[in-house]
Amino acid sequence: MRSMALTNERIQERLVEKFGDQLTGFEEPYGLLTFIAPKALNLKILQFLYDDAELGFRFLTTLCAVHYPDMPGNQLAIVYHLHNLKDNVRIRFKVFTPVSEPDIFTATNLYATANWMERETYDFFGVNFVGHPNLKRILNVDEMDYFPMLKQYPLEDGTRIDKDDAMFGR
Amino acid sequence: MARPVQYNVKNEGGKPIQVVDSPAGYGGEGFFTAKLSDVVGLARKNSLWPLPFATSCCGIEFMATMGSHYDLARFGAERVGFSPRQCDLLMVMGTIAKKMGPVLRQVYLQMAEPRWVLSMGACASSGGIFDTYSVLQGIDQIIPVDVYIPGCPPRPEAVLDGFMKIQDLVGKESIRRRTGEKYKELMESYGIQ
Amino acid sequence: MAELLHPHVKLPEGSIEKQTTTLNLGPTHPATHGVMQNILELDGERIVSAEQTIGYIHRAFEKLAEHRPLYQITTLTDRMNYCSSPINNMGWHLTCEKLLKVKTPKRVDYLRIIIMELARISDHLICNSIVGVDSGAYTGFLYVMQYRELIYEIYEEICGSRLTTNIGRIGGFERNFTATAFNKLEKFLDEYPRVLTEFEHLFTRNRIFMERTQGTGAISAERALNYGFTGPNLRAAGVDYDVRVHTPYSSYEDLAFTVPVGSTGDNYDRFLVRNEEMRQSLSLITQAYRKVQEFKGAEADVYHADVPEYYLPSKQDVYTKMEALIWHFKIIMGETEIPVGEVYQSVEGGNGELGFYLISDGGRNPYRLHFRRPCFIYYQAYSELTKGAMLSDAIMTMSSLNLIAGELDS
Repeated sequence: MRSMALTNERIQERLVEKFGDQLTGFEEPYGLLTFIAPKALNLKILQFLYDDAELGFRFLTTLCAVHYPDMPGNQLAIVYHLHNLKDNVRIRFKVFTPVSEPDIFTATNLYATANWMERETYDFFGVNFVGHPNLKRILNVDEMDYFPMLKQYPLEDGTRIDKDDAMFGR
Repeated sequence: MARPVQYNVKNEGGKPIQVVDSPAGYGGEGFFTAKLSDVVGLARKNSLWPLPFATSCCGIEFMATMGSHYDLARFGAERVGFSPRQCDLLMVMGTIAKKMGPVLRQVYLQMAEPRWVLSMGACASSGGIFDTYSVLQGIDQIIPVDVYIPGCPPRPEAVLDGFMKIQDLVGKESIRRRTGEKYKELMESYGIQ
Repeated sequence: MAELLHPHVKLPEGSIEKQTTTLNLGPTHPATHGVMQNILELDGERIVSAEQTIGYIHRAFEKLAEHRPLYQITTLTDRMNYCSSPINNMGWHLTCEKLLKVKTPKRVDYLRIIIMELARISDHLICNSIVGVDSGAYTGFLYVMQYRELIYEIYEEICGSRLTTNIGRIGGFERNFTATAFNKLEKFLDEYPRVLTEFEHLFTRNRIFMERTQGTGAISAERALNYGFTGPNLRAAGVDYDVRVHTPYSSYEDLAFTVPVGSTGDNYDRFLVRNEEMRQSLSLITQAYRKVQEFKGAEADVYHADVPEYYLPSKQDVYTKMEALIWHFKIIMGETEIPVGEVYQSVEGGNGELGFYLISDGGRNPYRLHFRRPCFIYYQAYSELTKGAMLSDAIMTMSSLNLIAGELDS
């Protein structure tokens, strides 16, 4: 059994100790420690969480983005979910970026799994991962010229002519 | 002529059994005349070689149909091929995304006449529940389809029913269909030479 | 592995210009794996590099989920890993229950375990028999398909559908399990262990199968973790990470089972791990079934949590009772209270950790729903797994990884 269980408070303590007040928004929705970091620090945080012997978050569970069109300057949130397999603790952190300059440092050098996750995020939201070895569309058609998951784009294909708006409740 | 079949020939007990009739024709001792299209249709429909173009969940139901419980091999479709050059029936099973559309069209173009297309499942027939920007809303937008099987996924019995409808179409097809005017117009409406 | 073991012909230096051939494997390829494309660079029969293209069945689940209410998203989750759809359904219901703070009764949990483990057996059966088909042995596949039909009959009895089950509701099940369902389950539990043993006898010590699968597609535990592998592929590499043990959900902590772990992470280990997991699933089903049978009287009629705000009432009640009608109306029109917040819930799917990251803004539809799909994550490693391998080994690796196209492209 573990000598001292890694608790959310301890993780928060260590993070604040290392990064100070650059990390904000500490909360624990449904038991998962979540915080917000400035986008320039994302690699440093990932590296710190990886290398530190006590924290040891060495598994990137998932990486995705969320579009908040109503938050000027912070429209895109990139969310990292990490997992410490030994102590069975999960953590989530977000970095925000404006949709006009969505440049984020890539995590592929640290986690090989981030390769396709970042390609998917680029494909859906247009986030430009700086330093990614192969940043091109992965799921959508290569010739697509817009990023479909952004909130302003519709779900359906606009070229259908046989759909009756009245029957579809529009 | 002595029949090799020994069971179910006399229908004792009046059970409903169907005995397959020979095609309409005139026969005598040692000869039988019938329409060429009937005989050719009979031969073709009982030995169709399907190409299972399985993309998603309907592909798994197709695997169940090919299994021993719902055996598709009873209908002569035991030899499934994956090369379009050797197959008669293109069974499109599953959602076709816009990325996959050109691939499907290329496979269809590589098939030799006579060829039939069976669209299995709601996604292949009309886009199904995926009314999105990336899904082709029905394969009949790119290739001509003969039989549509609705369902999500259709039960194996429904697949067999659709297959039997294809067999009907194959059996009754006129020999001159593929060289006629209407067929040419159909192909041109899809942009196929 | 990359050197020739028995060079028969030695050609003088520089007599042949070495060129690699490009082979396009997919997106339509035999052996019903689903649509994915691999562009291989071959040097003779050795693979120099592989590049994967996916997205041939991209159906935009994540965008669709933003336009559908919570109970309609279950149908979307069905179609991700369609070989084991009940596990996806249950994972989604667990996510909703975590968001809505709904606690399910024990009986519901045990019934869920039965369904999820049946789905796991169904998924591993397909994977292992297809590994057999790809190595040329068709018998195993046809033989075990018969028992997948038995599992389908059990699903049919409970929810009406065979493959894309849409089973369960937020808080439980839509109807109680009938006696027929339990009879079919008992029949399955009686007959299947012997069939699994026969299936193992066909393959496990089969010389040809062992030669084809041992040593190919191997990956070390560190690389597997770095690539984000989970599920049987990771366990075959030697790491015993199983979401059912680490973060137990749906009362898995009440039942005892072992997690099989391999050593080298090659195709043979993956095959063996999946076979052993099927045995563990059988043991889990038996234990859960016994626990379900212990509920007597009124408790045996409990099949959902008592949450009228989120659980769609049964049709008889909707047509006869006023309350049920009002709740039905409120749930469908989206006037029940859905809390604002974000939740991440994961379940052990057939391929690994299937995660749901749900951000709710209080409305009827989620604000954002992200699926952590295990197939998508471990398929990246395919180019590393097949470097230097022969073409036939590449095919075996692809089938033993259990790539399901619906889960690969969302």
